[in-house]
Amino acid sequence: MNAYVGTPTSRVDGRAKVTGAAQYAGEFQAAGLLHGFVVTATIARGRIVRLDASEALRVKGVVDVLTHANRPPLADDDDAWKDEVAPEKGSPFRPLYDDVIRFNGQPVALVVAENWETAKFAATLVRIDYEQDGFATDLDAKRGHAIELDKPHKPRGDAETALNGAAVRHEADYVIPTEHHNPMELYATTTVWEGGNRLTVYDKTQGVQNVHKYLCSVFGKKPEDIRVVSPYVGGAFGSGLRPQHQVVLATLAALALERSVRVVLTRHQMYGLGYRPMTIEHVALGASADGKLDAVVHEAIAVTSRHEDFARNDTGWAEQLYRSPNSLLSHKLVHLDVSTPCDMRAPGAASGVCALECAMDELAVALKLDPIELRLKSYSERDQGEDLPYTSKQLRECYARGAESFGWNRRNPAPGSMRDGKELVGWGMATGVWEALQMPVAVRIVLTANGHAEVSCAASDIGTGTYTIVAQVAADALGLPIETIDVKLADSTFPQAPVEGGSWMAASSAHAVLAAAEDIRQELARLAKAMPGSPVGSVDIPDLVLVDGMIANGNDKSRAVSIADVMRHSRLERVEKQKLNQFAEDKSHARNTHSAVFAEVKIDEELGVIRVTRIVSAVAAGRILNTKTGRSQIMGGVVWGIGMALHEETVMDHRFGRIMNADIAEYHIPVNADVHDIEIIFVDEPDHRINRLGVKGLGEIGIVGVPAAIANAVYHATGKRIRRFPITVDKLLD
Amino acid sequence: MGDATHDIPERTPVHVIVNGVSHTLDLAPWTTLLDALRDHLALTGTKKGCDHGQCGACTVLIEGRRVNSCLTLAVMTDGAEVTTIEGLAKDGTLHPVQQAFIDHDAFQCGYCTPGQICSAAGLLAEGRARDADEIRELMSGNLCRCGAYPNIVAAIQQAMSRS
Repeated sequence: MNAYVGTPTSRVDGRAKVTGAAQYAGEFQAAGLLHGFVVTATIARGRIVRLDASEALRVKGVVDVLTHANRPPLADDDDAWKDEVAPEKGSPFRPLYDDVIRFNGQPVALVVAENWETAKFAATLVRIDYEQDGFATDLDAKRGHAIELDKPHKPRGDAETALNGAAVRHEADYVIPTEHHNPMELYATTTVWEGGNRLTVYDKTQGVQNVHKYLCSVFGKKPEDIRVVSPYVGGAFGSGLRPQHQVVLATLAALALERSVRVVLTRHQMYGLGYRPMTIEHVALGASADGKLDAVVHEAIAVTSRHEDFARNDTGWAEQLYRSPNSLLSHKLVHLDVSTPCDMRAPGAASGVCALECAMDELAVALKLDPIELRLKSYSERDQGEDLPYTSKQLRECYARGAESFGWNRRNPAPGSMRDGKELVGWGMATGVWEALQMPVAVRIVLTANGHAEVSCAASDIGTGTYTIVAQVAADALGLPIETIDVKLADSTFPQAPVEGGSWMAASSAHAVLAAAEDIRQELARLAKAMPGSPVGSVDIPDLVLVDGMIANGNDKSRAVSIADVMRHSRLERVEKQKLNQFAEDKSHARNTHSAVFAEVKIDEELGVIRVTRIVSAVAAGRILNTKTGRSQIMGGVVWGIGMALHEETVMDHRFGRIMNADIAEYHIPVNADVHDIEIIFVDEPDHRINRLGVKGLGEIGIVGVPAAIANAVYHATGKRIRRFPITVDKLLD
Repeated sequence: MGDATHDIPERTPVHVIVNGVSHTLDLAPWTTLLDALRDHLALTGTKKGCDHGQCGACTVLIEGRRVNSCLTLAVMTDGAEVTTIEGLAKDGTLHPVQQAFIDHDAFQCGYCTPGQICSAAGLLAEGRARDADEIRELMSGNLCRCGAYPNIVAAIQQAMSRS
């Protein structure tokens, strides 16, 4: 029965969020709560030679100032600090571990006081002398120092020869700047001292069990000593995948002082966390005169920290999208004196596909081909890197539906040819692609005799809608109204879940619910059959279904018995089942989501002001569990794409290795007035192979392709190619 | 610890009516209305997103006018009536803007939502916004990183049409 799956169900946590009842990490109360304020380094590389906290300590209400010199013990091997998504290679940053400064903005002390204002004031009184070493933060300047990753994509054919012999070729660098996630909620942890050395840690994170394991290993604690809880997360977008500075600092202070401690980072301090790394994307495409791709070369040169090798798949996406007999793909890193980058919405793809899809547009212009036609000429039915077919790929349909809705056939291809009054009009398009991943997740379902079910799982809902889709799938699988389903998430003591990321949680959690619900069904079916005079006594267990609070013969629903009667008769107050999802091992197919994005920009010819007046995004992502929250996720990705195209850039003053716009006014993100018509089309994409429900996930695909579609629209409006993002007025008027 | 080198200034009594309930708080004069609500009255529905008046997450209504509570010292609100997100629903019935936000899925993570809703309630009272473009412009002081803006505009239009 599908009363809920696939419908536009409103968020089950909606009421909590619109009334202010939803509690976030920095909002949990504890008796005698202390407040920590972080002091950060003001140099990019070097050593603390003197740290004087005496003046801060004299402030009334200050309890302690914790530094590398007086902190409690911390693990001293890298493995203890490697969380489940830490880069394989490198040495994770350890807050307050030693006197070494690795990046500007690094936490170097925590002032703990009876209230927040006092801690904040006293933090200004901590005096630090540094010994500064030479440092480098400029990727453009250090490009020549790039080191190739030791796991390159396998080259196919001979791309360089093919490129040299191509009838038409296009080659250019595209530059994606460093970007920061800037979730609305400040990073916060409230660590509650429970006595007896036990801690409850309310943390802003995308993975409570990841943080739990990390804290246990960093502080040498037994698993039962620490519980990590995070019922609501005010946005994260990848920044909460790894445990962040404040959770170490709050917990360290709680252990040192045997008190409850809250640490909230300021917006400014959040720029010392991870970020989307700046990359220089070099793309070279060669095609035959009739527009078939013959060579793809894509090299990414990305920033990482000096202490960790963070790298994502920027350059592999052409293998998925475009048939080409020759390809050469590589990823290089430049080690700089900065904090380690981290995943940010569609990591790798948002940047790499942006470059690829701008390059494809430039190639289409060189070939005098329509951009869609160019893409269809090299449409790939296989993942060429793995040489596999797809479980499903309705990208052709995305192009067709998106183009139709946008009105693409009315486009005059000549740049600068379309106008609306004094504004130039540009129409551009691009393709998007992401992976459809699924991970081990378990849920526990407790069905009680009153017809309610509690569904629990350690997974987080970072705004993605996990609470709601888990409730929908459970309601359908148990045959109960959604109002009777109580979903509990993000407690490290709940059944296992990985971090919420990579767009894998919808498929993974939904199938865990199905697995646990199936065990509930079997148990109830056995009990129902065993009742004396049971109306379903002769029905085989596989034929019994849960529907409308009954256990019924699936072939004849009039033969049924109520779940309440079965439980009463069996003298059961509750039926409890916990199960891990099971996905069949299948390496015979590639799994991806796809999109076609169409953008309209209007540009004031004299002032260069760009407005994105329309976006149509046609998405093929398997079955959509919730068309309402799913549409919102894609829309959010589109808004991120507008930001990436036109607004977002973390600006570094390389003389000091310091970020100059470390706030949310100077770092521009789209505001309401920047966002106009966005149309989301979910293309029908039945997928019977990927998993039982045919679900692929939606968190990342929404952003991919959007920046390129806008950049291509800007070119169409103006004839100008801006290859260094974001596309700002000064670049357009230059 | 702590001697007289850096004494925190004397506390000041502040009388404020929040969601119809009268409170007298003893506050350091530098305490913002936002921190007074969150830390002293445990009304954490009002959110801190920047503490610099840049994001709007802390928007509350003072005498019906929408204001960034992070830029408002609590002492400035002495005697004033403050409405926060916790005070918008009446007798368990959601304010039309709250209901419209659920209906139109005008939020994801929910962190900017109390500020958006208070700001929207203030906007309705101002009566200045007549169409979607004006709503977009007049709601641009409230950032939403989840990118729910089109749904926020739709929600406000629904609430406008029903008020």
